[in-house]
Amino acid sequence: MAELLIGLGLPGWLAWSIAALVAAVLLLNVIAGGALVFIWAERKIAARIQDRLGPTRTGGRFGWLQSLADGIKLLAKEDLMPEGADGLLFRLAPYVSFCASFCAFIALPFAFDVVGQRLNVGVFFVVAVLGLEVFGVILAGYASASKWSLFGAMREAAQVVSYEVPLGMCVVVPVMLAGTMDLVTISEKQAGWMSNWYLFHDPFTFVIFWIYVTCAVASVNRAPFDLAEAESELVAGFHTEYSGLRWSFFFMAEYGSMFLVSALAALLFLGGWNGPVPVAQLVGLSEGTGDSAAYFVRLLGLANLIGKATFGVLLMMWIRWTLPRLRIDQVMTTCLKYCTPIAAVMFAGAMFWQLFLPGGVLPGWSRPAGEIREGWLEGPGGLPATTPSATVRSAGVAATDPSDSSGLATRSPR
Amino acid sequence: MTGLLDMDISSVTHVIVPALATSLPTLPMAGINWHSVLFLLFAGLACGFAVGVVAADNVVRMALYLVFSLGSTAGLFFLAGAEFLGAMQLMIYVGGTLVLLVFGVMLTAQAPFVSIKPSSSDRTLAAVAGASLLALLLTAAFSVDAWMAPGVGEVPAPSATPLGMALIGVRVDTPPAGSPNGGHAGYMLPFEIVSVHLLVVLVGAAYLARAKRRRTPRAIDAVASAMPVKSAVAATAAVAVPERTAVAAPGRPTGGAKSALVGGGR
Repeated sequence: MAELLIGLGLPGWLAWSIAALVAAVLLLNVIAGGALVFIWAERKIAARIQDRLGPTRTGGRFGWLQSLADGIKLLAKEDLMPEGADGLLFRLAPYVSFCASFCAFIALPFAFDVVGQRLNVGVFFVVAVLGLEVFGVILAGYASASKWSLFGAMREAAQVVSYEVPLGMCVVVPVMLAGTMDLVTISEKQAGWMSNWYLFHDPFTFVIFWIYVTCAVASVNRAPFDLAEAESELVAGFHTEYSGLRWSFFFMAEYGSMFLVSALAALLFLGGWNGPVPVAQLVGLSEGTGDSAAYFVRLLGLANLIGKATFGVLLMMWIRWTLPRLRIDQVMTTCLKYCTPIAAVMFAGAMFWQLFLPGGVLPGWSRPAGEIREGWLEGPGGLPATTPSATVRSAGVAATDPSDSSGLATRSPR
Repeated sequence: MTGLLDMDISSVTHVIVPALATSLPTLPMAGINWHSVLFLLFAGLACGFAVGVVAADNVVRMALYLVFSLGSTAGLFFLAGAEFLGAMQLMIYVGGTLVLLVFGVMLTAQAPFVSIKPSSSDRTLAAVAGASLLALLLTAAFSVDAWMAPGVGEVPAPSATPLGMALIGVRVDTPPAGSPNGGHAGYMLPFEIVSVHLLVVLVGAAYLARAKRRRTPRAIDAVASAMPVKSAVAATAAVAVPERTAVAAPGRPTGGAKSALVGGGR
């Protein structure tokens, strides 16, 4: 995009600023617009699971304007702060959470080369930044001068710190199989039919995917792991004292993180932007065919990835409204006694599988879609060698994201 | 880290700098070199928040400023193209250490919003120590000639592979002439020593936490007997704390629970 602007006669520094701004705004809209849609979906899903209808009237049919109405309500709410609170930290905390969630999106590829900044250590960066979200929660809990908030924050800190260990082990397996931490390359290596997905690479990766799902749900603090805001014990946990727009920032961060871990699961285990059936390849389209073909392939990939990530988010909602909340000792037991050892064994298993059975069990299944090394890729799919690109070709993000109007998150009813 | 100011590694600046070079003579107004701007921004933030850590008198605020300072340092690493190092900085310093720090601070603080006022003699001593260290570092930094040279222009896209290769014993960089063994010894041995060391620490921590747990029959009974039940809700909430103090501060599991209550209960 910046090249385009430079071509139009703009000076380089201005072109790059505009390109960066456009990318940032689009990524922001993925979070904000996503939150609007997911909150509405959560209301509807919760209602259906509990044999209710959910919102039906706002905006005509299906209550599709409910999130927006809630957002306006939140805007109009009074911004309260407890008397004994530490003002600076109290005000800062929601933004810290939100920024951590947003920063992780920078390195998240949405389709081939549709990525804010392609990092050589993409996986690592995303996991590292995602772990920072807890800092906002701790600040909120501490600064509120409320024991409910403090307890909630402590629980969250303990939970996130413990669950980072098995989560890291799960993430390492696809990295090991792909031989790179570059998310774009990891996803490209799973091109082809569904059987190429790392989920079906070997039995160990299949098991470790479900460990990843468990840890991901725990690390974004969703039920049944939502002890930080256990409303039956802690009023509302770390955000007890928050109201209005500040509070909604916490929820945008939560929904952003949900989308993020789901997208990461899709990229690492579910083939990324490669659909279950390689439609574009079968038709004969590829990145190298031409400009419009490349654009179409990317749009298709974008739809694939957003679809998979949305499925992941819906799965989390399903889990939330199905399972009861765990006690803190059960949460710790799940992490330390089950997830971590199983992840370690599966990691070793996947390693030996890769060493001794790199081609898979069945002779007909040829694995490699191309010969891939760090940063470049060349294969039978006709994919060209690529260099890291800083642009987001993201007209598609706006096109497929159904609502990117305003960034208001609300909380679904319980 | 040669010529940090003018070095352009990140892919953005790959294109900026040539574009600037062509457009500068024709433009009446000079363009902005984003690399320098961002470098100054991140460096300023890192220094400013570092001063903030020293100047603040509340432990949690200090921790917050430290997070921002270390985060800005990570930004500098990213700007220099050291992506792996930047992510490491975020993961280890900003993420792990500081979450644990805040955790420890909150469990050990006896009253809410404790303020720490060092005495003036402490301040003087710290200022002298800090200033001498800074002087030493500055002298060392400015004595390296290579760092004073202008930027090196195009640099290949960064990759974490050489780091990994070096860790398993293969050096991919070219050693200076005349090094012993051809200079190709990797970092296998230090890596293994550090790994074993960490493993020992891990096993030790697990052992300590476990021994404490065995003495008290059930965490919920211990808390219930130690603290008269104000309300059923508070008791259930407090159960959470000794579980974690067993890891964070193995010495005093129930003391942590009380201090946390004190720290938050206002």
